[in-house]
Amino acid sequence: MRITCPFCGERELGEFTYLGDAKPQRPAADAGEDAVYDYVYLRDNIAGVMSEHWYHGGGCRAWLKVTRNTLTHEISAVEPAAGAGAAKVGA
Amino acid sequence: MRGDQANRLNDGGLIDRSTPLNFRFDGKILFGFKGDTLASALIANGVKLVGRSFKYHRPRGILTAGSEEPNALVELRSGARREPNTKATTAELYEGLEAASQNRWPSLKFDVMSVNQLFAPIFVAGFYYKTFMWPAKFWEAIYEPAIRRAAGLGRAAGVSDPDHYDKAWAHCDVVIAGSGPAGLAAALAAGRSGARVILCEEDFVLGGRLLADGGTIDGLPAAEWIARAVAELEAMPDVRIMTRTTLFGVYDGGTYGAIERVNDHLPVPPKHQVRQRLWRIVAKRCVVAAGAIERPIVFAGNDTPGVMMASAMRSYINRYAATPARRIALFTNNEDGWRTAETAIATGLQVAAVIDARPDVSPAHRALAGRGGFPVLHGSVSGVDGGKNGVRKISVSLTGGARGEVEADGLAVSGGWNPAVGLTSYHRGRPKWRDDIAAFVPDGAPPGMAAAGAANGAFGLGACLREGFEAGAAAARDAGHSGNIGSMSVADDEAFSLTPLWHVAGKGKAFVDQQHDVTASDVELAQREGFESVEHLKRYTTLGMATDQGKTSNIAGLAIMAAVSGKSIPETGTTIYRPPYVPVAIGAFAGHHRDENFHATRLTPSHHWAVEQGAVFVDTGLWKRAQWYPRAGEKDWLESVTREVKAVRSGVGFCDVSTLGKIDVHGPDAGAFLDRVYINAFSSLAVGKARYGLMLREDGIVYDDGTTSRLAEDHYFLTTTTAKAGLVMQHLEFCRQVLFPELDVQLTSVSDQWAQFSIAGPKTRDLLKEIVDPAEDLSSEGFPFMGAREVALRGGLKARLFRISFSGEMAFEISVPARYGEAMARNLMIAGKPFGVTPYGTEALGVMRIEKGHVAGPELNGTTTAADLGLGKMMSTKKDFIGRVMAAREALVAPNRQVVVGIKPTDKARRLRSGAHIIPKGETPGPENDQGYVTSVCFSPVLDQWIGLGLVERGRERIGEIVRAHDPLRGEDYDVELCNSVFYDPDGGRQRG
Ligand SMILES: [Zn+2]
Repeated sequence: MRITCPFCGERELGEFTYLGDAKPQRPAADAGEDAVYDYVYLRDNIAGVMSEHWYHGGGCRAWLKVTRNTLTHEISAVEPAAGAGAAKVGA
Repeated sequence: MRGDQANRLNDGGLIDRSTPLNFRFDGKILFGFKGDTLASALIANGVKLVGRSFKYHRPRGILTAGSEEPNALVELRSGARREPNTKATTAELYEGLEAASQNRWPSLKFDVMSVNQLFAPIFVAGFYYKTFMWPAKFWEAIYEPAIRRAAGLGRAAGVSDPDHYDKAWAHCDVVIAGSGPAGLAAALAAGRSGARVILCEEDFVLGGRLLADGGTIDGLPAAEWIARAVAELEAMPDVRIMTRTTLFGVYDGGTYGAIERVNDHLPVPPKHQVRQRLWRIVAKRCVVAAGAIERPIVFAGNDTPGVMMASAMRSYINRYAATPARRIALFTNNEDGWRTAETAIATGLQVAAVIDARPDVSPAHRALAGRGGFPVLHGSVSGVDGGKNGVRKISVSLTGGARGEVEADGLAVSGGWNPAVGLTSYHRGRPKWRDDIAAFVPDGAPPGMAAAGAANGAFGLGACLREGFEAGAAAARDAGHSGNIGSMSVADDEAFSLTPLWHVAGKGKAFVDQQHDVTASDVELAQREGFESVEHLKRYTTLGMATDQGKTSNIAGLAIMAAVSGKSIPETGTTIYRPPYVPVAIGAFAGHHRDENFHATRLTPSHHWAVEQGAVFVDTGLWKRAQWYPRAGEKDWLESVTREVKAVRSGVGFCDVSTLGKIDVHGPDAGAFLDRVYINAFSSLAVGKARYGLMLREDGIVYDDGTTSRLAEDHYFLTTTTAKAGLVMQHLEFCRQVLFPELDVQLTSVSDQWAQFSIAGPKTRDLLKEIVDPAEDLSSEGFPFMGAREVALRGGLKARLFRISFSGEMAFEISVPARYGEAMARNLMIAGKPFGVTPYGTEALGVMRIEKGHVAGPELNGTTTAADLGLGKMMSTKKDFIGRVMAAREALVAPNRQVVVGIKPTDKARRLRSGAHIIPKGETPGPENDQGYVTSVCFSPVLDQWIGLGLVERGRERIGEIVRAHDPLRGEDYDVELCNSVFYDPDGGRQRG
C-alpha cells in the first residue's frame, strides 16, 4: 500500500503511522464531560469509505486526512489534516 | 568425468555436456551436467527412490519437473547451510552439490518407520484429534514427540544461517509472471510499446513449457523463436528479465512480492553477494502468464516411484535428455497426454501401452500406436505393482469390465491441466469452473492484474501467444504507453479433448496429497464425518497444507469430495488461495535485519569516548547508553554504581543525557501552544527560566514529562523522555496541525542536533568555570536554580546551559552542537580532574532519581494520573489542556487510587525487588488484598539500604505503615515500610545551593 502525500508524493506505507478516524472534533473547553467522552472513546467501525488520520513521520511530518475504503484499502483522497480536528468556531 | 549416467540420452536436451558436474546423493557420488536440476540428474543416474513419505514412510520418487513437486524433497547442502524440504525438481545442479533424502532411518532403502503403514488405521484423517485426545498431559510429553519422530520432513540446520539475504524495491509499468509463450509475447508487446517491464521467471531458463514441448512459432522451431524474443527483449533498455525469480504474491496498491534465488545455484554465494533477494515490485499492471499445472489421476499405488506426470516425463526427456523409464506406459484422459507417447517414440523409447479413459482416440494417435507397436487400452489404471525399486506392473480396468495388465518401468499420468490461479485469487478471488477444460480459471483478478495463456485456461500454443500479446499490449496501454507494438507471433492451436477423471476405485492406497499422505479414502471419511466444506476437508485431512500447498492435489481432493457428496465441482468450490505461491525463506523476509542489524542502533555523541572508558552499555530503545563505568578491582555492577553515586553526591560527575527528546518550539503562540499540551502553564514562564512539565493523554492519563525552557519570548526548548521522544513529536504535531491550527507555532525536532550532559554534584560550579567563558556569571544570583540561557564556552562555542537537577544535587545540564559532544566529554574529564570528576551511567542516574523520589518510566506506566504521581497540584484550573476533562472523571480522582510512595524494607539488610506486591499486614496474599506493587528499586548509598518507589493504594496517607512485600515470582515475602518518596534532601536545599 502506498499513500500519495500532498507534500512528498507517492510514498510507501512504512513511512506513515495510522491514528484512526478523522471525523471526531475536539470539543470546546466548556463542552462538558459527555462530549469529551464521546470524542475520546466513541468511534464508528466503518466497513467502507472512511476518512482517517495518518502521520507522515518518515517524510514531511504532516498529519494527513486519508480517505480510504476499509474493505479494499483503496485510497481515494489525501489532503493535509490541518484544522480537521479543531474545535468548532465559537469554542 | 561424466560417470555412468545410464539413463542419459546420447544427444539433445538443454544441458551443457561440456560442463560435467559431480554431486552426492546420500553420500554416493553421481554425475550430471550444467543445466540439470537435481531431479533430472538423479533420473539420468537411474535413481528412482528419492524420499520417504510424511506419515507412512512409503517410498517416493519424482512426480513432477517443477515447483509443484510433492515428493522429491531433499536436504540440500550440509552444516549450517543445510536446507530441508528443498525440491529436487527446482534445485539447480552445481559442482559438489550435496543432497540427502529425508524422513528415513536408518537408510532410504531400509526404513524402519515404514511399519507405520501397518498402523495405517490410526493415521486416518483427523487422527490427531481422535487418537491422542486423552490424557491431555500425554500430548506434549509422549504423543507429539513420538509423532514428530515418526512423521516428518527434513531437519533444519540448527545453527545460524551464514548467508546474507537482501530486500529490494523495483518500480515498473508492467510486471509479468512467467516466460512461456504467453509471458514472452506479453513482454514483447509491452516492451515495444515503451513500457518499463519486469519479466519474472522462476526457472533458470526462459521459455516455460516450450523448453519441453517445443513447437513451431512464426515458422521457427520454438528454441529459435525464444532466442529471438529474448534477444529483442534484452536489447530494450526498459525491460528487465529476472530469472530464478518467482512472483509469489500480490498486495495492496499494485505491490507484488517476488523472491529471487540469486545464488542458490552455487554451493556458496560469492563474497559480498546475497543468497536470495526479496523484491517488492510496484507495478501499474501485471500479466499473469504463470501457466498451468498438470494434474494427477488418483488411483491405487499412484505414489509408486516411477509414476510421473506425463508433462514432467517429457520435460526430463526433451529438456534434460534424461529418461525416467525405458518402457513407458501412459495413462491419460486427454489429448495432451499423448504428447508423452509421441516424445517416447521419437526418442526411441518403448511405449508399453497407452491407457486412455476417453471413449475415442484420434486417428493420428491410432497411427502412432501402430508405428510404435503398442496397444491403446480404453479404461483406467486401477493399481500399480512395485515398491522402492519402482513401477513393475500396471493393472488396468478396461471399459466394459475386463481387466488387463501392462508391464512397464514407468507410468506417465495426465489428468488434464489446472491453470495456476494462485496470483489471480489472492485477494479472496474465487476462480470459476469451465466445463470444456474441466478446470478452474481466473474470474477477475486484483486491480491491475490480468491472466493470459494457460494461466487463463487457454492451452493451445497459438492461443497462448495471442492472449499474452494482447494482455501485454493492454497492460502497457493502461500504463500510458502507446508505442508501436509490431506484429503478434503466431502458431497453431493443438486440439484439446478431455474426459474428466479424478479417481479410479481400486484396492490399496490411492493418494490425493502425496506430500501429506492424504488418500482418497481420507477424503471420503471426512465427508462421512461431516467435514464436507472444502475448508473443513483441508483442515481435517491436512490436504493441501504441506509445503507444496496442494498444487497437484487440491483440485483432485475437492473433485473427490464433490463426487461422494453428490455435488458438482463448482458447487463444492475451492479453498481460499493465499500467498506465497512458493515457500519463501524467513531469512529473505528478514533481509539484513538480523543480529546486530535487527534494528538501527543510535549512538550517543560521547559513545566512542565511553567505549574507551570501558563503559558497560544498555539498550534503551534504539540507543546504546553507558550503564556504568567499571573500574579495576570492582567486583560487580553494584560496587561501580555505588561509587559513581557517592562521587556525584560528594564531588562532581557527569552523564550523557543526549537521548532525551529535544524539540524547539518557535512562534508568537509558542507559550499558548505549550499551555494546551502541558497540564501546567508555560506562557507565564519568564525568558531565561526552565520549568518541569507534565503532559496527559486526552483520556486523562499521564503521557510524558520533561523540562522545558524559555530561551526567548517566542522560543521554547522542550525535552521529552528518551522512550517517548518520537511519539511526543508526533503528538505535538497532531496538536499543532490538527487540533490548534489557529496558533502560530512551529516545531523542530533537534534531538540529534544537541549533545546534552548532566553535570551534577557540589563541585559542579568549579568544573563549569573551567569550561564556560569566565565572563558568564554562574553564581546563585547570576544563574539561579531553574535558570536557562545560552552561554559562551571558553574558545567561543555557544552552548545552552540549564540549571536543572534530576539527581537532587547542585547540577547543570549543558547542550552543545552534537558534533562537539565527544570533545565535551573529553574536556569535562580534563577540566574536572582536579575535582575528581566521575562519569556516571544510567544506573547511577536511576539510583539518584529514586533517592530523590522522581518518577520515571516505571511510574509513568500508562495507568497513572498526575495526582497518582503526586503532581496533581500542577494541574492548572485556569486553562484548557489536553486531558483536562477526562482527568476529572470519578475513577481517576477516586480516593483509593494507587499512588506513588516510598518503600523500604524494615530489615535494612534485605534486598527490595521491583514487582513485589503490597499486601496489608495480616491479610492473605491474593487479588482481593493486592494494594499495589513496587515499581522502582535501587541500593541507596546515602541510606545504605535498598529502597524503592511503589504505586500503593492511598499510599501517601499511610506513611509509616508496615505492609508485606509479597513476591511469588521469586518466592519472597517480607515487611516493608511505606515512607515519603523523597528519601534524599527532602527540602531541596542541595539542588538550590
Ligand atoms: Zn509528506
